Amino acid sequence: MQEVIELLSLSPPGWGGNLLRGLMHSLQIALGAFGFGLVIGLAGACGKLYGGPITRDLLAVYTTVVRAVPELVLILILYYVGSDLINKASEAMGYGRVQISGVAAGIWVLGIVQGAYATEILRGAIKAIPVGQIEAARAFGMPPLMMLRRVMIPAMMSFAIPGLANLWLIATKDTALLAVVGFNELTQETRQAASSTRAYFTFFLAAGALYLIVTLLSARFFARLEAWARKGQPSLRTVKV
Amino acid sequence: MTAPIAAQTVADRPATQAEAIRVEDLHKSFGSLEVLKGISLTARKGDVVAIIGGSGSGKSTCLRCINFLETPSSGRIVIDGEAVEMRADGTPANRRQIERIRSRLGMVFQAFNLWTHRTLLENIVEVPVHVLGVPRREARDRAMTLLDRVGLAEKADTYPAFLSGGQQQRAAIARALAIEPSAMLFDEPTSALDPELVGEVLTVIRDLAAEGRTMILVTHEMKFAREVSDHVIYLSEGRIEEEGPPDKVFGAPTSERLKQFLKSVS
Ligand SMILES: Nc1ncnc2c1ncn2[C@@H]1O[C@H](COP(=O)(O)OP(=O)(O)OP(=O)(O)O)[C@@H](O)[C@H]1O
Ligand SMILES: [Mg+2]
Repeated sequence: MQEVIELLSLSPPGWGGNLLRGLMHSLQIALGAFGFGLVIGLAGACGKLYGGPITRDLLAVYTTVVRAVPELVLILILYYVGSDLINKASEAMGYGRVQISGVAAGIWVLGIVQGAYATEILRGAIKAIPVGQIEAARAFGMPPLMMLRRVMIPAMMSFAIPGLANLWLIATKDTALLAVVGFNELTQETRQAASSTRAYFTFFLAAGALYLIVTLLSARFFARLEAWARKGQPSLRTVKV
Repeated sequence: MTAPIAAQTVADRPATQAEAIRVEDLHKSFGSLEVLKGISLTARKGDVVAIIGGSGSGKSTCLRCINFLETPSSGRIVIDGEAVEMRADGTPANRRQIERIRSRLGMVFQAFNLWTHRTLLENIVEVPVHVLGVPRREARDRAMTLLDRVGLAEKADTYPAFLSGGQQQRAAIARALAIEPSAMLFDEPTSALDPELVGEVLTVIRDLAAEGRTMILVTHEMKFAREVSDHVIYLSEGRIEEEGPPDKVFGAPTSERLKQFLKSVS
């Protein structure tokens, strides 16, 4: 037991600090990717619902491909293609090769994956908005963006949040896949600690506990958010079946 | 003594009174189904125009074409003397103009359509503050006055779902009044209500008519239409089958269809 505590201690020679730093990186990427994914998802959902035929086709290709190809493969493709393109562009402009930030790369890669799922979640949520809500906004002369912000987003929140909560949990765990491109997130840090000390069981158990804590806290947060988004709707519990 | 005054009164209510809404030769098709086959109507300032007719005759479609919730297939629509610019296919050419015109027409829906995630007060200040740019304080004060007027002052902070249909519809009328509309459009405002709640909503509309609001009112309440309107239009299969002052349309209908219709609803 003494030994375990020493191994997990926050200051060297303990590895706890490394694990926490890895966790922070993971959360940073997960948050960034989730946010980026939401932006893509909102644009994608509006494009799918209200866009012209070309927009709709392109978006259909995007969501289908991303959801069909295994995430690990996508991450490798997006990471290498992305860094290659940036370097080519940079060289073409005469700047030479650039060092790509791991966090930015992680957010870009996972964000694109998240965006495809978010597009579908938000499209479903927008379609679930009672037409009268949107019709009233149109009838009173709201311009499209104001209508999106003031009516559609608030009205679709309660439909979207359960799906988005799932997507967020997937984002936190998908960060582990970034280990394949050598990024120092929680799983990667755990692997290093484990292989340096041979204490595999201790460190992977610790990492598992950290992921679990994140999940539990997230669940509480989203439960509150959902309760807030449902304001104005009678509680389900009061509905007699 | 009385004769000259009477003559003067007639002269004082000239037919040239400003027009709030003018619709000319409005056509509307959904795919191959032609729903409106050339409707023309005029509402001058202060007029209450009632539109009656059987189910599917095109009443709602006609009303919704006036503020372009439906895109007319062809025709001309003039609001407050401003002609809506339309392309050859009937679609509005200028989105901004449509939005401006819509924000001058207070629409009241059959299903109320209050925004469910906002309280009554928030529903009422929404358009004045965000679309029309009225200062929040002023909009709030006005909203409270309006809520008071429709008898809902103490429900200002309640969400629509917790109110009866009649209360929701009165709030929806307050929302439409809050934009200080130049005309109001009612699409069967009492059809979704339980019978005992119809009266409270009709009372509010009756007051609005009495104070000289311009309104176009689609309704199945024949007695009410006869009582409040200045002009009645009977639609049948997308055409105006008969129109005129209420006493004539209801009291001495000439068309066979209208006679049948009035018999069926009474
Ligand atoms: N969006 C639409 N797409 C296709 N057909 C439609 C659409 N809206 C209305 N219609 C058709 O147009 C016709 C007229 O409909 P409208 O709603 O204007 O009738 P109404 O006179 O208001 O009837 P009600 O008294 O039942 O409300 C109906 O046959 C209806 O089925
Ligand atoms: Mg109708």
